Amino acid sequence: MTDIDLARELHVTAEVTPPPATSGPIGWLRANLFSSVFNTVLTVLAVAFLALAIPPVVRWAVFDAVWTAASSRGCQGAGACWAFIGEKFRFILFGTFPYEEQWRPLFVVVIFIAVILASCDRRLWGVRLALLWLAGLAAVGILMWGGVLGLTYVPNEAWSGLPLTLILAVIGMAFAFPLAILLALGRRSRLPAVRAICVAYIELIRGVPLLTLLFMASVMLPLFLPTGMTIDKLLRAQVAIILFAAAYLAEVIRGGLQAIPKGQIEAADALGLSYTRRTRFVVLPQALALVIPPLVNTFIGTFKDTTLVIIIGLFDLLGTINASLNDASWRGTSVEAYVFGAAIYFCFCFFMSRYSQMLEREFNRGRRS
Amino acid sequence: MTDAASQGPIIEMRAVDKWYGDFHVLKGIDLEVKKGERVVVCGPSGSGKSTMIRCINRLEEHQQGQIIVAGIELTSDIKNIEAIRREVGMVFQQFNLFPHLTVLQNLTLAPIWVRKLPRREAEETARLYLERVRIPEQADKYPGQLSGGQQQRVAIARSLCMKPEIMLFDEPTSALDPEMIKEVLDVMVELAREGMTMVCVTHEMGFARTVADTMVFMDRGEIVERGPPQEFFANPKSERTKLFLSQILAH
Repeated sequence: MTDIDLARELHVTAEVTPPPATSGPIGWLRANLFSSVFNTVLTVLAVAFLALAIPPVVRWAVFDAVWTAASSRGCQGAGACWAFIGEKFRFILFGTFPYEEQWRPLFVVVIFIAVILASCDRRLWGVRLALLWLAGLAAVGILMWGGVLGLTYVPNEAWSGLPLTLILAVIGMAFAFPLAILLALGRRSRLPAVRAICVAYIELIRGVPLLTLLFMASVMLPLFLPTGMTIDKLLRAQVAIILFAAAYLAEVIRGGLQAIPKGQIEAADALGLSYTRRTRFVVLPQALALVIPPLVNTFIGTFKDTTLVIIIGLFDLLGTINASLNDASWRGTSVEAYVFGAAIYFCFCFFMSRYSQMLEREFNRGRRS
Repeated sequence: MTDAASQGPIIEMRAVDKWYGDFHVLKGIDLEVKKGERVVVCGPSGSGKSTMIRCINRLEEHQQGQIIVAGIELTSDIKNIEAIRREVGMVFQQFNLFPHLTVLQNLTLAPIWVRKLPRREAEETARLYLERVRIPEQADKYPGQLSGGQQQRVAIARSLCMKPEIMLFDEPTSALDPEMIKEVLDVMVELAREGMTMVCVTHEMGFARTVADTMVFMDRGEIVERGPPQEFFANPKSERTKLFLSQILAH
């Protein structure tokens, strides 16, 4: 047997079972953490950093933390003062909503989460989901305002905290998305007037910070309205958020529309599909699937942008956190309060990003050609 | 269709002109196709053959002349255009299947939303045509999971599901690997035998000899020569046709 034959033979046996060092946990470590000198150095540095950083954080957040206290005088140690959150969480979550009625905003939060989770199931997409949303929004309205079914009336000046954040964000996205689709299609329309209006709208709104838009909605708009006519402050903020998000989403969607090959449109045309059906069944499903990552990016941005309504005197989640820090008997608890708030925002945003990854995988299934 | 269509030509192009900017792509095209006639269009690349058949279902707009398909004149009226597209199927070089839909959904989309067929009926028809293009087992796959030849056969079935009067083929085998060309041509030959009116742009001269009633040779935006295939291949009249045939049949 020649050397070459021997090598070939060895090669064949090596292919039957991979050498132990390339598979299993050791193989994984070698491939991912120690594949080169540079990577080894990075791995060691990262482990050292974690070893230094994690213990103090855990000590602060868990071992040295104070879980019950009557005021910040009970929180003199080096740890976190979670007692403050225990004392204030209902105010942070529901703000100035009447205390004994706070089960209502709690239900609102649950309804929002339930409707959002239901929307994640693609089998429900369609008329049924639209009806579910309508029912959900109606229930939210009844629970928040009251005044019917034996519920006491709560003016929307008292709405605050997490329910307000969710109302602004969820309704904002739900209305901005269809508007954005129309704007994106309009910007690619053959009709010059439609195109001009859409381009003007998108460029105008994108060129202005949301903060300015909110200011204009709350301060300037009333100046132009006839005396005696008022539009609710919450509604004005909601409309500003919808208009703002729609402009950004429209550009994202336009990117997807441009990526659809001309042949797809020709094939749909050749089959006799009308513009509406072609758009609904051929163009949009493909275009939207392509732009899931930037879409979700914009959604997450919108969700966090709702915190800006604090500037026109609405108390969203961040607003109630700030307000809770004004209590004279609780001093020096801002870190705990903001960590709590950040955790809530993170949960929602992280959920959105995970869901988008799942959607992407699902849409791409069987589509590699 | 209407009596007029069955008696007269089903496709009629009269003095059709088209320009891309300053470039004169179609120069005074006159073409008549009778019901059941198989026309094969050939010619060098850039001769305007694709543009010509794309004018028949208004994927391209002609600027002068008249095009009448199945008794309806093509104008910018969208109702007329859609009426003609319902009767005219088209198969593209690049297949153009909808990648986000399964094979079955590709086949039923237009019958359901344009022909307004109930879903069940549309699916039955779709499975029938999948059988005829010999890939019934692929109904639930996505186009990306099929070979080029299979995709093109799905595309043919998709057009047939609309029960068109006329089928247009725009270089249907040009994007295929050699070993897949035959499976597509076989399907097309079968379709021709069943009496479908076909206008076919192709370089497959063997196919043309087998099925064509009329050969059309185009060069530089004009129809240079037309005639029955025996005559066309045996003694072409024009020098340009002779040159083209010698180039394409040389090997």
